[in-house]
Amino acid sequence: MIIQSIWLAIAFPLAGLLFNGLLGRRLGRGVVGIVGPGTVALAFVVGLFAGLDLLALPAQDRAIVVTLWNWISVGSFRAGMSLLADPLSVLMVLVVTGVGFLIHVYSIGYMEHEEDRLYARFFTFLNLFIVSMLILVLADNYLLMYVGWELVGVCSYLLIGFWFRRGDDPQDPVRLKDGELVPVPANLNPADSGKKAFIVNRVGDFGFALGVFLIWTTFGTLNFADVFGAAPEIASGTVTVITLLLFVGAVGKSAQLPLYVWLPDAMAGPTPVSALIHAATMVTAGVYMVARSHALYALAPTTSLVVALVGVITALYAATIALVQTDLKRVLAYSTISQLGYMFLAVGVGAYASGMFHLTTHAFFKALLFLAAGSVMHALGDVIDIRRMGGLRQKMPRTYWTFVIGALALAGFPLTSGFFSKDEILAKAFEFSPILWALGLLTALLTGFYTFRALFVAFWGSARDQELFDHAHESPGVMTWPLILLAGLALFGGILGLPQILGVDHALAGWLHPAFADLEGEGAEAIHHGLSAGLEWGLLGLSSVIALLGIGLAYWFYVANPGWPADLAVRFKSVFKLLVNKYYVDDLYDLLFVDPGKALARFCAQGIDNAAIDGIIDGGARLIVQGGAWLGRLQTGFIRHYALAMFLGVIVVVAYFFLR
Amino acid sequence: MAQQLQQGLFLALAGVAVVAALGVIFNRNAVHSALSLLANFVALAMLYVLLNAQFIAIVQVAVYAGAIVVLFLFVVMLLGAGGEMQMGGWLNWRTAFIVAAALVLLTLTGTAVFEGTINGAIGTATPEQIAQVGQTEAVGTALFTDYLLPFELASVLLLVGMLGAVVLGQRWRGAIAGRPSGEAE
Amino acid sequence: MTAVPTSWFLLLSAILFVIGAGGVLLRRNVLIMLMSVEMMMNAVNLTFIALSRHLSSLTGQIFVFMVMAVAAVEVAVGLAILIELNRLRATTDVDDVSSLKG
Repeated sequence: MIIQSIWLAIAFPLAGLLFNGLLGRRLGRGVVGIVGPGTVALAFVVGLFAGLDLLALPAQDRAIVVTLWNWISVGSFRAGMSLLADPLSVLMVLVVTGVGFLIHVYSIGYMEHEEDRLYARFFTFLNLFIVSMLILVLADNYLLMYVGWELVGVCSYLLIGFWFRRGDDPQDPVRLKDGELVPVPANLNPADSGKKAFIVNRVGDFGFALGVFLIWTTFGTLNFADVFGAAPEIASGTVTVITLLLFVGAVGKSAQLPLYVWLPDAMAGPTPVSALIHAATMVTAGVYMVARSHALYALAPTTSLVVALVGVITALYAATIALVQTDLKRVLAYSTISQLGYMFLAVGVGAYASGMFHLTTHAFFKALLFLAAGSVMHALGDVIDIRRMGGLRQKMPRTYWTFVIGALALAGFPLTSGFFSKDEILAKAFEFSPILWALGLLTALLTGFYTFRALFVAFWGSARDQELFDHAHESPGVMTWPLILLAGLALFGGILGLPQILGVDHALAGWLHPAFADLEGEGAEAIHHGLSAGLEWGLLGLSSVIALLGIGLAYWFYVANPGWPADLAVRFKSVFKLLVNKYYVDDLYDLLFVDPGKALARFCAQGIDNAAIDGIIDGGARLIVQGGAWLGRLQTGFIRHYALAMFLGVIVVVAYFFLR
Repeated sequence: MAQQLQQGLFLALAGVAVVAALGVIFNRNAVHSALSLLANFVALAMLYVLLNAQFIAIVQVAVYAGAIVVLFLFVVMLLGAGGEMQMGGWLNWRTAFIVAAALVLLTLTGTAVFEGTINGAIGTATPEQIAQVGQTEAVGTALFTDYLLPFELASVLLLVGMLGAVVLGQRWRGAIAGRPSGEAE
Repeated sequence: MTAVPTSWFLLLSAILFVIGAGGVLLRRNVLIMLMSVEMMMNAVNLTFIALSRHLSSLTGQIFVFMVMAVAAVEVAVGLAILIELNRLRATTDVDDVSSLKG
């Protein structure tokens, strides 16, 4: 059974990481480009066979713990280097390695202009990320999960700052119809963006660590099975605190309010990184963690409500910002935040399988959208401002059509993958509370609008920058084929979770059912939710209408009546400015945290370090020099003076011996 | 009777030693100083005999009187350092201080001695036993049995000293020791 | 048997030591200073011999033997340095040699 060797899934990318990291520079990009994606493909195969092995087992036995070695054993504290292979983790392994493989392949083309050593470094980091992410999802205890959690954070930092020599990227201001120029905040440089991501994540990770500590003091173990087994006997207040703390970690990692600010700036990294880490996999770690800890969250309704509220508010909030972004990747970044909000809405209302379903489809279509955007950037020489694009659909047909498919899935166009997963979440939310559902539906409308706004502005119409347009060309096959494969997944991924009313089984829920079997009413059976068939059809239809409405609005605004958005911007100027400046949240955080932090650092550097510490050190040194000069006068160089001193010393010693 | 003779002898020799010692430091002529030193050494050698240490007395005469004083005389001749008395300013606070310190040291030692604080384990080398084997053999036996290692180390010390004296006394032709000769030419 | 008390020898030794020390401190001629050092060593030797008799132990005499060896070396090296010094500075006056001044 290959599932006993699930560690191979980690070992292959690890080997690739070591190989590329140590030898990649010397062996050249051909070898690097084979080893990097190849090892991830091997990991995917391992995951696939592990999944088949799981299917061969009876449903209640589908949780295999593979203990590699005993990692920490201090007193009663045990932390095994052990992996848990169950439907949930294997699903994540497949998503991570599957999408990861395609993105690796794409990177061969995307990074072709880099120097050899940067090329090798890029694949080394990507493989490190795959390793870290697999550790995160395969861990069978919170400590190992935390290790993976931190490791993906490091990879994120390294890859956002991959082009750390680049400077800030100032954005062209928006010229309104009445002639007023609205400045657009500059994109942070990659090094600062990496730092921002790392530091903001640290806030969340601090909460996560506290949660893990509290689990340890409460349960005396960090092992998932033991913790979840013992959870029902624990006071519900404690469980609430634990789950809230863990959720703080998820908020940081998955870019939810109020810790979302790092994700838009993370777009400073190479586009494959944005696709892999900041859209498809790492940012979904928080959702996975909540789903993994569902036994705890199910016991803490307060926390679950908080999760759902944070999720839906973030979804709506990020969608509004995405409406006015001029940077193609940032539109996608805000839509990622928004879609993650959907996932949290799902796990918050207890629909863990739905959350995982949306996670999976989102991985497909968002990776696709990012890679397509990257393909555009590649063609235009890293230009990402949609106001300078236009008419690209003639130049880059493959990129265009794959982008269209991704956008349809994101907007929830009927029968695409995103349609089914989003609709499922909305149905669950309706069941829980119509208010959440309404907010979710409004977000869906905005999603359709902003997605197709970007699409129409970038790909339709006529060229706005003729020079750029002439330079544009379709990307090489190594980049377009992953796009086409992902497009297929984005289009047909919905098959994994067709709604019950269509008379088919929900495949993904059935697959995940063993992992969520401990929850009453969750899993495959839960798809028979309490809604009547008519209501469900109604919701489905409404979702479709909303998606089409969003797309139609975008068409109306940006294709049929291109002057309207400008008129609206003038009429609602303050709203427009608010959205362009991202609700001034970054400025607020600068004011509240960054500036005081910098002031404190400056005080420490100048006041304490330069003045006090250096003063003490320099003063000490000066004292010694002065004292030495002073004492040096005792050294007259006259031998008789030395002899006298010796003689006096003899007298003292003799006196001591006789007088004591 | 023998006791008074010995005490008389001690006082005489002590007087010679002290006068000779003063002669060493107060003579203007370095040759005279060296000769006074010789007298001091010989007087001390005789005192050693009085203390039943005939072997050491012989060694004292051989090493100090024979070798060291002769060496001093050689150097005096070589440098021609016989001449005026070279003495620092005499009547200053430093001198007064030294005299006072010397007096303190003397008083301390004297007091200690006269109060009989010097005592220790009485060894086996009584004059009677030494008389049985002879003074030289007794010292020789001790030297080659109990104190063999210090004895051998002393020989190494002498060798090193000899080498040092040779190296220092060598005349380096414009070169400083340790530099390659080619560079010095 | 001990016709002359040990304390007499100790006193004489102290007197000779102080005279030697005075020579080291007061004379500026290196040669005389070296002689004075020799005298101080001899004074110590006298103490050793006297106590050797007082305690009926040969250890004191062995010590004297070692002191003599050291003294011989010291004089040899000291005089060699003196000659070299005289060659470099044409002086035997210690006050002229104070380059170690701090």
